[in-house]
Amino acid sequence: MNAEVEEPLVASGYDSASVTQKITDIVLKCPLQRGWLGGFAFAFILLMLFNFAIAWVLSKGVGIWGVNIPVAWGFAIVNFVWWIGIGHAGTFISAILLLLHQDWRTSINRFAEAMTLFALACAGLFPLLHLGRPWVFYWLLPYPDTMDLWPQWRSALVWDVFAVGTYLTVSIIFWYIGLIPDLATMRDRAERKPVQLIYGVLSLGWRGSARHWKRFHMTYLLLAGLATPLVLSVHSVVSTDFATAIVPGWHSTIFPPYFVAGAIFSGFAMVLTLAIPIRKFYNLQDFITIRHLDNSAKVMLATALMVSYGYISEGFMSWYSDDKFEIYMTLNRMFGPYAPAYWLLIFCNVIVPQALWFKRIRTNPAALFIIALLVNVGMWTERYVIVITSLHRDFMPSAWGIFHGTRWDWMTLIGSFGLFATLFFLFLRVLPSISISEMRDLVHKKSESSK
Amino acid sequence: MSPLTGIWRSLDHLERPGDGSEEMQHREFPEGASELSDEWSRRQFLKIMCASIALAGTTGCTRQPLERIVPYVRQPEEVIPGRPLYFASALTLCGFARGVLVETHEGRPTKIEGNPGHPASLGASDAFMQAELLTLYDAERSQAVIHESQVSTWDLLLGELAGAAKKWQGNGGAGLRLLTRHETSPTILDQIARLLVKYPRAKWHEYDPLATELAAPRYHLDKAEVIVSLGADFLSAGPASLKHAHDFTLARQPKSTMNRLYVVEATPTLTGAMADHRLVMRPDDLEDFARTLESGTGSKVAALIAADLHEHAGRSLVIAGECESAVVRDAARRLNQTLQNVGATVDYPAAGRNSARNLQELVTDAHAGEIDTLVIIGGNPNYDAPADFEFGTLLPKIASTIHLGLYRNETGVACRWHIPEAHELESWSDAAAFEGSATIIQPVIEPLFAGRSRHELLAALLEEPFSSSYEIVRAFWQKRHAAPDFEQFWRKALHEGVIEDRSAAAPASSPPPNPPPPRSAGLHLLIRPSAQMLDGKFSNNAWLQEFPEPMTKMVWDNAALINPATASRLKLENGEVVDLKFRGRSVRAPIWILPGQAEDCVTINIGYGRTSSGSIGNGVGFNANTLRLSDAMWGGSGLEIGKTGKHHDLVTTQQHWEMEGRDQVRVGTFAEFQRRPDAIAKSAELPPRKDETLYPNVPDNGRAWGMAIDLNTCIGCGACTVACQAENNIPVVGKEQVGRGREMHWIRIDRYYEGDPANPAIFHQPVPCMHCENAPCELVCPVAATVHSSEGLNQMIYNRCVGTRYCSNNCPYKVRRFNFLEYDENHFEKPPTRKLMRNPNVTVRSRGVMEKCTYCIQRISAVKIEAEKANRLIRDGEILPACAQACPAGAIVFGDINDPVSHVSRLKASPLNYGLLAELNTRPRTSYLAKLRNPNPELEQI
Amino acid sequence: MPQLFERRANAIARATLIAVPLVVLGGWAVLLAFARSDFWTGVDSPVEQPVPFSHQHHVGGLGIDCRYCHTSAETSSFAGIPPTETCMTCHSQIWKDAPLLQPVRDSWQTGRSIKWTRVYDLPDYTYFDHSIHINKGVACASCHGQVNEMPLTWKTNQLYMRWCLDCHRHPEKFLRPINQTVKMNYQAAPNQRPLGRQLIIANHVHTDGLADCYTCHR
Repeated sequence: MNAEVEEPLVASGYDSASVTQKITDIVLKCPLQRGWLGGFAFAFILLMLFNFAIAWVLSKGVGIWGVNIPVAWGFAIVNFVWWIGIGHAGTFISAILLLLHQDWRTSINRFAEAMTLFALACAGLFPLLHLGRPWVFYWLLPYPDTMDLWPQWRSALVWDVFAVGTYLTVSIIFWYIGLIPDLATMRDRAERKPVQLIYGVLSLGWRGSARHWKRFHMTYLLLAGLATPLVLSVHSVVSTDFATAIVPGWHSTIFPPYFVAGAIFSGFAMVLTLAIPIRKFYNLQDFITIRHLDNSAKVMLATALMVSYGYISEGFMSWYSDDKFEIYMTLNRMFGPYAPAYWLLIFCNVIVPQALWFKRIRTNPAALFIIALLVNVGMWTERYVIVITSLHRDFMPSAWGIFHGTRWDWMTLIGSFGLFATLFFLFLRVLPSISISEMRDLVHKKSESSK
Repeated sequence: MSPLTGIWRSLDHLERPGDGSEEMQHREFPEGASELSDEWSRRQFLKIMCASIALAGTTGCTRQPLERIVPYVRQPEEVIPGRPLYFASALTLCGFARGVLVETHEGRPTKIEGNPGHPASLGASDAFMQAELLTLYDAERSQAVIHESQVSTWDLLLGELAGAAKKWQGNGGAGLRLLTRHETSPTILDQIARLLVKYPRAKWHEYDPLATELAAPRYHLDKAEVIVSLGADFLSAGPASLKHAHDFTLARQPKSTMNRLYVVEATPTLTGAMADHRLVMRPDDLEDFARTLESGTGSKVAALIAADLHEHAGRSLVIAGECESAVVRDAARRLNQTLQNVGATVDYPAAGRNSARNLQELVTDAHAGEIDTLVIIGGNPNYDAPADFEFGTLLPKIASTIHLGLYRNETGVACRWHIPEAHELESWSDAAAFEGSATIIQPVIEPLFAGRSRHELLAALLEEPFSSSYEIVRAFWQKRHAAPDFEQFWRKALHEGVIEDRSAAAPASSPPPNPPPPRSAGLHLLIRPSAQMLDGKFSNNAWLQEFPEPMTKMVWDNAALINPATASRLKLENGEVVDLKFRGRSVRAPIWILPGQAEDCVTINIGYGRTSSGSIGNGVGFNANTLRLSDAMWGGSGLEIGKTGKHHDLVTTQQHWEMEGRDQVRVGTFAEFQRRPDAIAKSAELPPRKDETLYPNVPDNGRAWGMAIDLNTCIGCGACTVACQAENNIPVVGKEQVGRGREMHWIRIDRYYEGDPANPAIFHQPVPCMHCENAPCELVCPVAATVHSSEGLNQMIYNRCVGTRYCSNNCPYKVRRFNFLEYDENHFEKPPTRKLMRNPNVTVRSRGVMEKCTYCIQRISAVKIEAEKANRLIRDGEILPACAQACPAGAIVFGDINDPVSHVSRLKASPLNYGLLAELNTRPRTSYLAKLRNPNPELEQI
Repeated sequence: MPQLFERRANAIARATLIAVPLVVLGGWAVLLAFARSDFWTGVDSPVEQPVPFSHQHHVGGLGIDCRYCHTSAETSSFAGIPPTETCMTCHSQIWKDAPLLQPVRDSWQTGRSIKWTRVYDLPDYTYFDHSIHINKGVACASCHGQVNEMPLTWKTNQLYMRWCLDCHRHPEKFLRPINQTVKMNYQAAPNQRPLGRQLIIANHVHTDGLADCYTCHR
């Protein structure tokens, strides 16, 4: 898109020096504010709650949760899918938009990637906690054991292990490589010796020579290329956890694309949920401009429409299949005991995003923030509906049951927010939350073009 | 009404759309969702916090602890370690013997089966027989002689008795009273007789809350083509039920003819569920019906049934329920005589002695102060005697009360002396079956808790020099069978488990029949024995507490069963606690709305509401005996219901009772079957052909295990469920866990309703693992913990399972069970005695692993190994899974489906054979035979 | 700005890059090796027993048949540990006051069993049946080793599942003629595999389904 006609990506009056100054100061200069402390404290309390809930589930067993027969999967799986989805926006922004030369990604890609990592950290925990015997989780990994046994490759859960594993590794490397020049900047701007040393070690002796930059851009681009397919593959694999089962409501070919769209949808929602407060708090409105919000909102709108299409086609297919189980499942979703959840997700993921057609709303941070929150809720509910309503009434009416999350279910969910937030607060304090080097380029380009 | 379907679903659904388990929806969290209530110290908390960090992976690789081997010092000859021994014995139900074979491992009884040679069990069993094992190992059975609530000794008791004896010799035993349950044991009767000779003025009283007729008519259901039951649940209740079920199913086979069953009853029973025509009516209407049936005039229905009976004169049978009034019973008897059924399909044995006096006399004498010593042998009158006898206030009036019982129950607590009784599996005795043949009861284990037998107590009263029960019983039979070949006779009797000598037959006495209830509008109370607790005998038995009641599927509770129409008229809903007021007495009970219940009739089951039963039975349910009166033992009219505004959570194992048009149970009429045999089972969508697949078919040469379940003969009694639980070390999980959908039964019995809630068709369907050839569970397990065996078994390997629970999600039959918590450590499974009971050939599952029906692989392996060692083939029927062995109707058949002549293949070849949800192409190895009804065509038209 | 790092920092950095993966993989390899080590599995280390019973003496020396003491090996899943009675049949006559045998005599007098320690201890979820193995030509020695040369008893195999499967998948590698199963001095034939294949037929070993899970796990 053309930077001139639209709002600028960076407010005017910045040169490389001042950009660098502004970003690094957040970490190196500005003192601990009360806001940050309060936020961090709160997040940390939630984290402790998380730890407590985990301790209890490990000592007692998953029976403390609401799971039962027939609903053998509960919050753990819902949360897993939701967090994984969140992660996707980060990679989408940093990898795909990079390859598409979308400059506007620059100022948000850093913390979007951070968001990806932290979301993955949360997501990764749930499948382990979900296991009846977590201490033998490594049986899902292929290694020469004393039993002469291997994982069962036909099971989507095994594919999951690899998908998520790969995703985590690539994301970490991608993020770290991107950080190196900035770490060097931090090293150079830091006053105190220990700080210099830490950033020094992390920046792997970056000197900013032409050779460094050449290699850096090469690597970064390659990694972007590597990460791009992951955005599509990971959630597709996750979706096969459901699609490969025979359960009505799971056994559906539309799941992969529909899950990926949903992932990016919820991811961008989370980006906004984070970006809007941050830009306010560290008054970065000049770097994370209305333009960024506007574009993110557009992506949300697009993905929202894809997700809606998913819902519609699901309904259509169950009617078209003329399969009594499918039809019952759909009706049961809409009018059965879990109908409220279903209509809530329709409201949050289909109705609400329609507001984004209007520029006035897309450019209003407050409104966007609320919409983003609703979408986050909606996407969690969507996974809840997919997992629970499909299971609680499947083939044998005699075995039908009902599921309620127990207080332990809720503690693990809320606790995971704590983990995420704690990591994020720390990230804001110790790393440049906006890519300095890329901002410098941007400012440079801008000044060039304005000549 | 549900927006999803025009047909009513679960009954709650009639009231409110939503889900059946409404009591769960009312709560924010399911009850007990939080474990925080557990006491737990800071130390423990820290431990766990650390564990949460440390646990990852480390627990996987712990080293095995050193184990000891403890050999015998002198090894008994017949014992081969690792091989079970079987003993023939008997267990009594209401005093009547039912022959059993007890499996023991190194001296520990681990399983009870029916004795095929015994007339009352015919190799089958029911839930009670199976559950006796658990009672044997119940650590809460009384363990010491108690005197005035102080631990005492047997010798001190003997001392006291010796003192009393002197007095009795003087006064001929005046003031000495004996209270027993119905006694059929020849030895006991002999001892009592001798006691009464010794002390002519002593008296013997008999009381049994179920008052089973000792001289009950003996039915030959296999010979009856038309059967009319007037409130009789002959298939599942009473000491002859196993034989009845066996004979009934013989005549139920769809051959040239098939028997026809009319059931007239007020409250749904298993027999009613099997009926071709089930008429619902109040007890007083039932009396009129009986009369019209006799006269053949009156209601059209009665006339038609009467006609049908007369058509089959000599091949028909009218059975009156034991809970019915004398009017009904006499009518039935007269009918059988006029139909010339007597001698053909029914025998009325001559009513025998009535030497035993009833409880009434005991009570009057006690109030008159004529009793100074009351010896209560077994039983629990203080709990189950008619309320108007005020038994509790009566005991203190008696100077010396002695109670012998398995438990220190309500009566034991109230008596001055309590003596722990030895369990029937722990001591020598004998008993007679319902048709008179005697059985020697031989112990299979030393008394676990130093219990005493009834024989020893009676011997003590007789002041005979001490001799063991063995000597007493043996001496009796030596006397009775004084022949040189006695040793042979004795060994044969022990080995066969039955003595053909009917001279030992139990003398008879009749129970107090219900007087004809005064005709009156208003509600009618029906008091019935419980299918789980019987009369309270089993209330400390966790297996039976968690055994789903066949009609309500309710566990861990009893309720006031009421008809849907009446409920809506009185604005009552499930779980609502009401005051039941009956002739000046009242009890609080939760309501349960039951389809097929007669209007304005409220049924309550006795056996609950115990106070001195033990930690398992105490406070479960309400005590129906508080409404039980000596002149209305089985209830009567004049019941009032008062609202209390309270709610009690009732838990069932099945919430949804309608088939949703998915034809799990396929039903047709006998007539249809004769016209087009295959039309019934093939009604539904057909499964894909075997070759309709991209994958190579698994070669199925060699053995292929399969099972066929005949819905036409299954009576839904649930014996299989408990038998499976006993065989496979299946844990009890408790009410709260069942309420959250976590019961562990490997074979469940689904119950469906069809039609008008006032009197619906009722279907039962046992559902074990289907062992699908295309098992959906197998391909989703990430660690291959469930895979297929070469013989087509769907194997579940606990020790490989990591607990993703994906297999359960993907199982369309939902037959898989998960150990959500460490159930083996819960209140029910913890007691050390329980460990002795475990089947050593089945792994006890730990927390976090999936489990399910294995077709009793341990039994398959055992037979396979023996056959392999002898280099022979496995005979058809040689392998019996626990469920198949227990089934009284022979409805479950297991075997090799690749052997064309095996019983199971012949069943699977039947036109009635169909696979459950086979349209999903799971190719289940367990298949069903469609149910047939044989209705009276003329009656259908009405 | 002063120099932060000395020159060798570069070297260290590069070294670390190589070291890290090495350490991770190495550690993992060590772990796997450890799980298979005799130290962990207890192979070849004699087990402490109340009476230092010597199979070497009784079997090797006196030539007593295995089944004299392990009576149910051919008939039951459990091979059987001799009751004290069996020991006393001889030791009431010979060595009748050897101090080593005191526990045996005590057990005989008091009627209290001798508590031996298991040498071959399978997990409780694994069901092994001695009789079927003996009857199909799997020798005692195949699993228990040359006990006739063991002054004290130790286990000669790790009892890991892969070890069981090795035979269940390829019985021909180990089978013996049935009359040789209890022989301690049996020399494995040089043509074991072809012989084994014949023995599979001769001994009526049904190989299909030998490696089913349910063969051992229930």
